[in-house]
Amino acid sequence: MENAIVVVVGADKPGIVAGISSKLAEENVNIVDISQTVLRGIFAMIMLVDISKSKVPLSELRKELQQKGKELNVEVLVYHEEVFKYMERI
Amino acid sequence: MKYSADEIIEVVRMLSEEDLDIRSVTLSVNTLTLISDDVNKTLEKFNSLNPILEKFSYSVDKVSEKYGVKIVTKRVAVSPVQYFLEVLAESDGIKIGEKLEELAEKNGIDYISGYSAFADRGFTKGSLSVINTLAEVMNSTRRLTGMINAASTFSGLNSDAIKKFVDQIFSMKPEASSRVSILSNVPPDSPFVPSAHHGIGMPDMMINVAVSGPGVIENAIKRSSPSSLEELHDVIKRSAFKISRLGELIGKAVSKEIGVPFGSVDLSLAPSPKVGDSVAGIIEAMGIEKIGGHGSLSALAILMDAIKKGGSMATSHVGGLSSAFIPVSEDSIMAERALEGYVDFFTLLALSSVCNSGIDMVGVSKKQGKDKVIGLIMDVLSLGITLNKILGVRVIPVDSEPGTVIDLGGLLGKVVVMRLKDVSVERFTSLNGFIPNTIKRLEAG
Repeated sequence: MENAIVVVVGADKPGIVAGISSKLAEENVNIVDISQTVLRGIFAMIMLVDISKSKVPLSELRKELQQKGKELNVEVLVYHEEVFKYMERI
Repeated sequence: MKYSADEIIEVVRMLSEEDLDIRSVTLSVNTLTLISDDVNKTLEKFNSLNPILEKFSYSVDKVSEKYGVKIVTKRVAVSPVQYFLEVLAESDGIKIGEKLEELAEKNGIDYISGYSAFADRGFTKGSLSVINTLAEVMNSTRRLTGMINAASTFSGLNSDAIKKFVDQIFSMKPEASSRVSILSNVPPDSPFVPSAHHGIGMPDMMINVAVSGPGVIENAIKRSSPSSLEELHDVIKRSAFKISRLGELIGKAVSKEIGVPFGSVDLSLAPSPKVGDSVAGIIEAMGIEKIGGHGSLSALAILMDAIKKGGSMATSHVGGLSSAFIPVSEDSIMAERALEGYVDFFTLLALSSVCNSGIDMVGVSKKQGKDKVIGLIMDVLSLGITLNKILGVRVIPVDSEPGTVIDLGGLLGKVVVMRLKDVSVERFTSLNGFIPNTIKRLEAG
């Protein structure tokens, strides 16, 4: 399994989870886990997603999600899971 | 979830708000196999580097996009041009310089480094040719960089190399002089320019990485507001670990992508002129109101020790300069404090003794005379051979008066022309020869 972390930052409103997850489903990316927190005082949704069967490389997926984010008026950040593994685990 | 929300947000904050990025991924490549006593053959042989440079450039972009981590510059280090000029005419150095520039431009490489020579005890035909052509080569290029290693703990300090170097930088355009430096004990695996070159004892190729993350450490200190020195040291150490891990991850990924061994992570915290990306900002967050105030050395010593301890836990491949890296123009707070007069040359010298990388990116007025610049370089390199440290000088000689500012733009920032102490040292600097290696040398045998 190869994972990525998707962070969506913006005011919580209906349609955000649906908008992002439908884009993920479209590219055959499975959501493994979701949690929420606050970043810069704003609502933030964190998703751990499985990209091993993704139709597109992570760079492409990032662009698509950020485009979707623009439509939804939220900021979308996408990083490979290895970044978190390296920085937060010994 | 595998990671807590706090852990994820910590990393996201570092990458998206605190300017944590990879300053440079540097491909170091052995070019000694391209040497010929016919310059045209040499130039032709250099073309054989194109495929690997192209692959390197592509791989760096690919890794950056995959991980979502910004890589600010791609650099290439080649074997010192000195070795080429041992068997070629001095003027051929210019042709080689142009060729290296062409290779960099063609393959999207930001800097190509290695117009360099070793002259710590004396000159060879090759080292002398590099020094003598330095101004002409740098004035006609944009991406080429070079260094002169004019001192080492093993060999001593060659004052004649320093004098020739100063003659050359006084003939350079300001931007050109930002691409050359003079050093003691240059390491063989630096990812930073101008010190980068493919050093002796290295494999044919390797990947070296430099990380930039002063903002992360400054913010970690501000958030935790430590109440003791141990706590302060610990906060820095923990942040340094995370920053260096990112370097290790990206370095190894690029190395795997192009099939070249991973060399090292340079633990230096390279700043940039952006607000919030300053090493001086860390010292000030530690409680020194303005860097240069009494206590600055102690604060820097704590910072560097904590960075080295955190960094050495993060990667087994440590290299390069691995010191506090405070190029004055490239660090907005340093530039400001230099203008305000809190930081002068003696402050920078003192900071060098506790692991600053020397005197870097400072303007000097040509009107103050060469002897003072020679004296300044002798001071820094003498510290280098006495303390057994990697130290360097990169000054920008300009026509304007001390106290003025020259804007070089981009990563290079605004160069403050700092006043050299107005004392004639000509009688000392006109003495020829070299300073013998110090007693430090005997510690090695």
